[in-house]
Amino acid sequence: MRLNKATLFALYAVLELAEDRDRQIAAGDIAAKYGISLNHLAKVLRDLGRAGLVEAARGVGGGYRFVGNPKRVTLMDVIEIFEDIGAGKAAGDGQGPDTHLGQALHGVLAEIEDIARATLRSVTIETLLKHARSEPAAPAAAAADD
Amino acid sequence: MESRSVRKTASSASPAPPRGASPAPSRGRIEPVIRAARPGDLPAVAALDARNTGEAKPAYWRDLHRRVLRRPKERWFLVAEAEGRFLGFAIGEIRAWEFGSPPCGWVFAIGVDPGARLRNVGSRLVDAVAERFRGAGIKHLRTMLRRDDNLNLSFFRSQGMMAGPFIQLEKVIE
Repeated sequence: MRLNKATLFALYAVLELAEDRDRQIAAGDIAAKYGISLNHLAKVLRDLGRAGLVEAARGVGGGYRFVGNPKRVTLMDVIEIFEDIGAGKAAGDGQGPDTHLGQALHGVLAEIEDIARATLRSVTIETLLKHARSEPAAPAAAAADD
Repeated sequence: MESRSVRKTASSASPAPPRGASPAPSRGRIEPVIRAARPGDLPAVAALDARNTGEAKPAYWRDLHRRVLRRPKERWFLVAEAEGRFLGFAIGEIRAWEFGSPPCGWVFAIGVDPGARLRNVGSRLVDAVAERFRGAGIKHLRTMLRRDDNLNLSFFRSQGMMAGPFIQLEKVIE
């Protein structure tokens, strides 16, 4: 399963903001931390705001904060704001499955997608943050290349 | 062979509400007493299971309890209670070498009173089973769930469980 850029940025932002719900973080800080486009992230944050997951605070020291319930909101909830990865959206969907072998192949691809969706539906923001806290951070790619 | 499918249908987890929903009203954590199930607990276990699954099977729970008692160093049937009130149960069993797996602790049934959800009871039951497995030298906790059982998948994920090294396969043979 390949998520689009906006979805990935949204997940970064939600996780970053949910890690410390009392702290407001500027979009620029999140963009810099993840090395992503500020313009693109700003649009994503607006969508997250409309969905009721983040709130913007204006003025000096303004920024965004997570206002959803991290124990309830799942990765899938965030993903579905930006793209439809529901059943029938398997890789290559609609391209050549009208043959016997094509159907067999798409059956396997659908199985993989099904498992991916079940996983994304079952992982809440809180669960992922807890997991991240319990795992030592992997060395950055640049450092690994040294 | 009995099914190892987790029969838990009410846990400390719950399905995701609409996006952005505000936190559920906090009713406070419960610190339940966890103890070995006694025959007198079985009607409550069976009733909770029937309530959660819609299927009454009291004979199954009685038989399971008897089998657990026969191997007390490998099987645990635990109940959670607070102020004398039954709140839930969990069953764990050490299984070794099936499917090529080294000894591993399975949580193969768990149930929490819906009225006690989100209040630490499920977590305490899983902790208690894990503690017994650890005491027996077991290092891995395992369970199996339906792919569409989001409630319980979320619960076990919240306990730090992730996909394991095995994949379950099946086919229709009628």
